[in-house]
Amino acid sequence: MTQHIINDLTIQAATVNGSGSQTANLVLTRAIFHMGIPVAPKNVFPSNIEGLPTWYQLRVTQEGHMARSDKVDILVAFNPSTWRQDLKTVRPGGVVIHEEVFSTADVRSDVIYYPVPFSKLAKAKIQNDTLRKQLTNMIYVGVVAGVLGIPLEALEHGVKRQFLTKPKAVQVNVDAIKIGHDYWQDNFSKQDPYRLEPMTGIVEGKVLVEGNQAAALGALMGGVTVAAWYPITPSSSVCENLIAYSERFRTDSKTGEKLISIVQAEDELAAVGMAIGAGWAGARAMTSTSGPGISLMAEFVGLGYYAEVPVVIFDIQRIGPSTGLPTRTSQADVAFAFSLSHGDTRHIVLLPGTVEECYEFARDAFDYADRFQTPVFMLSDLDLGMNLWMTPEFKYPEKPFDRGKVLAKADLERLAGEWGRYRDVDGDGVTYRTLPGTDHPAAGYFTRGSGHDEFARYTESAEAYAQNMDRLARKLETARHTLPAPIVDEGTGSSTGLIAFGSTHAAVLEAREALAAAGKPVDYLRLRALPLSDEVAAFVSRHERVYVVEQNRDGQVYDLVRLALPAHLVDRVRSIRHYNGQPIPAVAITEPLLQTEGVPA
Amino acid sequence: MSATLNHIGLPRDAYKGAATTLCAGCGHNSITNHMIKALYELGIEPHRLAKMSGIGCSSKTPAYFVESAHGFNGVHGRMPSLTTGAQLANRQLIMLGVSGDGDTASIGLGQFLHMIRRNVDCTYIIEDNGTYGLTKGQFSATADLGSVQKKGAVNTFQPIDPCAVALTLGCSFVARSFSGDGKQVVPLIKAAIAHRGTAIIDIISPCVTFNDHDGSTKSYSWVKDHEESIADVSFIPFFEEVHVDYEPGTIRDVELHDGSHIVLKKLGEDHDPTDRRAAMRVIEEGRAAGHLVTGLLYLDTTMDDFATTEQIPQRPLKDLGEGELRPTRDQFAQVMSEFA
Repeated sequence: MTQHIINDLTIQAATVNGSGSQTANLVLTRAIFHMGIPVAPKNVFPSNIEGLPTWYQLRVTQEGHMARSDKVDILVAFNPSTWRQDLKTVRPGGVVIHEEVFSTADVRSDVIYYPVPFSKLAKAKIQNDTLRKQLTNMIYVGVVAGVLGIPLEALEHGVKRQFLTKPKAVQVNVDAIKIGHDYWQDNFSKQDPYRLEPMTGIVEGKVLVEGNQAAALGALMGGVTVAAWYPITPSSSVCENLIAYSERFRTDSKTGEKLISIVQAEDELAAVGMAIGAGWAGARAMTSTSGPGISLMAEFVGLGYYAEVPVVIFDIQRIGPSTGLPTRTSQADVAFAFSLSHGDTRHIVLLPGTVEECYEFARDAFDYADRFQTPVFMLSDLDLGMNLWMTPEFKYPEKPFDRGKVLAKADLERLAGEWGRYRDVDGDGVTYRTLPGTDHPAAGYFTRGSGHDEFARYTESAEAYAQNMDRLARKLETARHTLPAPIVDEGTGSSTGLIAFGSTHAAVLEAREALAAAGKPVDYLRLRALPLSDEVAAFVSRHERVYVVEQNRDGQVYDLVRLALPAHLVDRVRSIRHYNGQPIPAVAITEPLLQTEGVPA
Repeated sequence: MSATLNHIGLPRDAYKGAATTLCAGCGHNSITNHMIKALYELGIEPHRLAKMSGIGCSSKTPAYFVESAHGFNGVHGRMPSLTTGAQLANRQLIMLGVSGDGDTASIGLGQFLHMIRRNVDCTYIIEDNGTYGLTKGQFSATADLGSVQKKGAVNTFQPIDPCAVALTLGCSFVARSFSGDGKQVVPLIKAAIAHRGTAIIDIISPCVTFNDHDGSTKSYSWVKDHEESIADVSFIPFFEEVHVDYEPGTIRDVELHDGSHIVLKKLGEDHDPTDRRAAMRVIEEGRAAGHLVTGLLYLDTTMDDFATTEQIPQRPLKDLGEGELRPTRDQFAQVMSEFA
């Protein structure tokens, strides 16, 4: 046998949707994480309740890479319908743990097979009829643990953590894991090079969180009090997590009184309408959706922009157009969200690149919405939102809410009632508002999506219209300078740079390491908000070539970057695009870049 | 001599708005005046009023009353969702929605239904003229089958009756009236405001420009000839004493949430406004007889309104700060430990 491969492998479990395999996958993930080994799980699931194939990819690296790998080292084949196809994905020399009855005749001879009679073992050794199907998946965890050397203590931790709210289920699951582990020990000798060994240095102080859960926690800490939503994959878990947090932290356990209302609306039009109504009346309000919902919300978002109503809109992107692939990821709503609705519109778009930013930006989005009295988009995606990511623990907010420019009764008395809802007294484009219910005769004004003057009166005046639109542009310009700035790393001194945003960040980090190792180090600017910061043009001006990396077909941010550049810099920008619905792997960046740069890969 | 003041000390003028820009003689202008009268007589505090609307002639009217109140003229057919959100943000607001037949029965039918289903505390007035005025006279979904357009086209589709739809959904307050019948409209508006829950008033409000001709069933003359009031409605606000000196058996008196009373004096056959099936029958029989049945059709004062169902506090959610809304440091640390 050749050299050991330690803590650097990718496990792919090919199972059947709805069979309980996700629990087994998560137990395995948490067990390995508990050993101090960095993990990066990616769940590739179908738009289906039960029966269709599903895959769970668990990547383990010493370095802590969190992007998807396009290589499979260890296949766990549970699904007869995808067996032949799954087998092709394994790298030469890799491991195949498969249900014994699957035929290995006429298939690859360059992989190592560990056939296990999962069904027979389950029938013989699991007494619980109702749980047998789910527990069969746990047997595979035991086999993998045997192959890779995962200690029982770590497995027990994984089970306990997974069944935090159902401690009674722990023992039966641990027993099922032992069935697999025993079978491995009794029947196989190790022929493959893969091993897991406890390590230190990276995962200490880190936790595993899904972006949508982080976003829900952020919204809670940001003070949301009205959330309206319509269920849609992959955003549903934002509001579902918010409901769970609200039951714990916003509900009086004695009276049942709630300091939040979370409404499942009849559709996305009503969801955003409720959020805008609540924002208008002074609550911190949000809705959460994905691409098709964003399409439906377009008209209302234009109202929010033009009537200047604060609201936070979470778009957990999936791949379109139309229904697209509802359970696959993309970054293809960026351009649409940025200018959503008819007429001249531009919106604040936050682009979290980590789960920590899902938390922080979700929290701060409510400040931006109040400060700038406008819809704010939180643009996450399925990969970031629905997969577990290693992250440092989140920080408790130190700042109070920023409720923006709101005139209360005392302010109106001081002004002797002299104010104009859309009058730019501070010169920053941001005007003052009053909230309904303010007890002053001058507080009331008429909010409308039709033409209005500085005092919110209806007008069709050409001059008033143009002035108002110019002020709205000025307001966004003010916002642009206060939004999360790009994070720039020019430490390599390279003449080549990368620009990326959102979940692409993980692949960029890994790609930069690989590029440096290949003798082609690159600088990096990570966008964190739209409209674009001036930093972007400055970054391009300091580099001969800049690649914009994104997960959409048309290079949407590539276009935005070029539009923002002076003419002499436009030709420096190139585009790298990944758009097959799978999270972008590092190789999707390194290969095209090295090819363009003329460096042999 | 100064103007007469209502019980909160405001003159009638405090309830006026900007000058109307609708056509002279439009039924909607009459409804605006009924609204002003009702709000003035009820002594509604203007700052607590939130005037909500969608798009269309009807939806312009919130600008024409109580100028000092907040108003929100949103997007077409979506007044209910804006109203729902605003009500959750601040349940101390008195939500008054004005919509039209296009806004309610066509583009906004879905939101209309779901607002009723949730029983959002709101007065929802439909200024119903059976036609699209701003776009110059197309039929709306409330136009009766066989009704004739100004240029002669005949409506070939069944009407959507907002009251029948609302009843089907268990709406907690359903009434119909006629813009020309202030004696009925004003007490109905007052009762709708006093009612806690979604109160629908479908007010036939003729369009003088596009739908006031022979062959229309939404014209002044047709409605005047065919209106059948089921009972005389009077409203006694909570701050006035109830004096009832009718013959026993001729009136029904229902107490509303705020202690006010709606008193119904029998005109013909007795109608029990708490009987939903009876209300459906009255509508159906009226339709079969070619009458426009008006009055308070149905009332249920026992149903929880949406904010109550949602268990939010009486004090407005909008007023809560980080002290109440953020979990403590310890609770936050607990959440973090659960991620590990």
